[in-house]
Amino acid sequence: MPYKHLPLAILFAAVLAACGKSGTPAANSSAPAATGATSDELVVKIGASAPLTGPQAHIGKDNENGTRMAIEDANTKGIMIGGKKARFELLSEDDQTDPKAATIVAQKLVDAKVNGIIGHLNSGTTIPASRIYSDNGIPQISPSATAVAYTAQGFKTAFRVMANDGQQGKVLGEFAAKSLNARKIAVIDDRTAYGQGLADEFVKSAQANGAQIVTHEYTTDKAVDFAAVLTAIKGKKPDLVFFGGMDPQGAPMLKQLRSLAMDVKFMMGDGGYTPKLIENAGAAAEGAYASLPGVPLEQMPGGKDFSQRYQAKFNQPIQLYAPYCYDAVNVMIAAMQKAGSAEPAKYLSELAKTEYDGVTAKITFDEKGDLKGGAITMYQVQKGKWMPLQTLGGSAPAAK
Amino acid sequence: MDILLQQIINGLVQGSVYALVALGYTMVYGILGLINFAHGEVVMVGAMVALAVSGMLLAAGLPPLLVLLLALLVAMAVCMALGYAIERIAYRPLRNAPRLAPLITAIGVSIVLQNLAMIFWGREYHAFPQLLPGASHGFGGAIINDVQIIIIAVALLMMAGLLVLVHRTRLGRAMRAVAENPSAAALMGVDINTVISVTFMIGSALAAVAGLMVSANYGIVHYYMGFLLGLKAFTAAVLGGIGNLRGAMLGGVLLGLIESLGAGYIGDLSGGFFGSNYQDVFAFFALIAVLVFRPSGLLGERVAERA
Repeated sequence: MPYKHLPLAILFAAVLAACGKSGTPAANSSAPAATGATSDELVVKIGASAPLTGPQAHIGKDNENGTRMAIEDANTKGIMIGGKKARFELLSEDDQTDPKAATIVAQKLVDAKVNGIIGHLNSGTTIPASRIYSDNGIPQISPSATAVAYTAQGFKTAFRVMANDGQQGKVLGEFAAKSLNARKIAVIDDRTAYGQGLADEFVKSAQANGAQIVTHEYTTDKAVDFAAVLTAIKGKKPDLVFFGGMDPQGAPMLKQLRSLAMDVKFMMGDGGYTPKLIENAGAAAEGAYASLPGVPLEQMPGGKDFSQRYQAKFNQPIQLYAPYCYDAVNVMIAAMQKAGSAEPAKYLSELAKTEYDGVTAKITFDEKGDLKGGAITMYQVQKGKWMPLQTLGGSAPAAK
Repeated sequence: MDILLQQIINGLVQGSVYALVALGYTMVYGILGLINFAHGEVVMVGAMVALAVSGMLLAAGLPPLLVLLLALLVAMAVCMALGYAIERIAYRPLRNAPRLAPLITAIGVSIVLQNLAMIFWGREYHAFPQLLPGASHGFGGAIINDVQIIIIAVALLMMAGLLVLVHRTRLGRAMRAVAENPSAAALMGVDINTVISVTFMIGSALAAVAGLMVSANYGIVHYYMGFLLGLKAFTAAVLGGIGNLRGAMLGGVLLGLIESLGAGYIGDLSGGFFGSNYQDVFAFFALIAVLVFRPSGLLGERVAERA
């Protein structure tokens, strides 16, 4: 009976299709290295890692897009490194937001002899992976890991193009206690290196500015039900709820907060500043606050152009960190050009001396590899859109 | 007091969903002695199909309530077909294989479904349209909205319907016969394959209902949503006694209540020593405690190990 194995065949074909889709980028990136490189062409492999599956896959894909765009731009421009025409290749890996997977991915990228790393997305994955990159002397720029611990390990290879949680938590705490005049604050964090780190810095800063932390509750980065935690918070009658975490939790949390008729202010860090948060929380998102390091993209030279090109290329708006990834790649390429070499050992010292005008900020690193200055902008959802309120901290002109 | 009441409502809503999904696990286990780990993914597919259908119908300008009903019917039909296909492809060829083999294929099916859903529907979270009037009702200081009332009501209705089906109909008798002894049932003229297929289809239809309810409640759909829900529902099924229908319901509701009361009060009770980060620990501790004293779960019967 020819139909007997039809369902099996369809499933098998589907599985093959699935493997083909995810398998191609890796296959593409390894093949030319063996064959394509001619003597006057320099192949530079840029490793990138972010969660491409799991709850934060949409943000991870956004990171990959930003990195890819920078690499394609560089290839179109025809960058010369040490007299040779450079051809950049992207090796993108999925770390699943999992610290264990991140170290495996890191080793894989090291074994593939990448010249530099753009990643990872989360602090929880960036920190364990950074040891492997450091041990192998490969420069790493994280576009989005904000935990203080990342650059505090003393690794010479670790950089980031985003303000850290110390800087961000301080601004968030000040803003909550002073500008929003919150007296009683409830804190929730998702127990990741990022969420916990940011929440702890926020608590310190809010308390220093005279606010009282009435309760500190916890969730995970995979949860969708927060009714129990929010009800417990409701009993403490706070006037502001701060959530240290990302938008997959932020959106349903906001919805449940409003359906429990809690009329409180809601604030997140950079993990909440996405169009998805508004899309998924709908009307409940109105009035929510979030921060993002740097000044608003529209106010940066080249920022508007970047977001339009991104939209045209990937047919979706920027989710979150794509501009930071774009900058990170360009910072790395600029250092390679200055050093006249894509050898990690040679361009690393130039990377540390970077002065680069990116789409997100003027990028210079301090001795730890942190972004100098580190202005932070507070945003609020107004009429279904993130609107900048004020830019605080760092070297940016402090608005009142 | 209103906070306690609110936590109980939270727990009941959450527990009803767990119970519905747990029924799917327990029905299959009862009949085949197999843990269908792909069941959580069937819930996800139900939610995704409902989302796709309701998106199309809303665009066509149909009234929300009708859209909801149609989306539910289509999702149930798709999930039933999927449940049938899963059993046919991944489990039936292994019916006489060692127990570990179908367990592995179950996990395999779960991964395949997750990745297919990721390819078809994308990696991002989708907002689920509000098809039900979301009005909230004050209730002794606590708040419950229409969606939550419907979740509890639908869950109760489905469970009652299932009990009637299993204990009062011809098909139910066949199912119980197969559960007790497949070969003897076959000798008595029961078509085992049909009964097993139907069991999978009923479980999958319940999963579709659960998928729709979860997405309506949280307003969010994601290809990964089935994983954690499936795990929790499996826990609920074990807590109540896997293989036992009433046990799955009891386990689901209990797990929901334990979680919500645990998360709400563990911090205050332990003087801040434990926080709500221990809510899952608390739930699993309850599970272990039950299993230590009643290895087959709360309502599970001590049956001799099947050969």
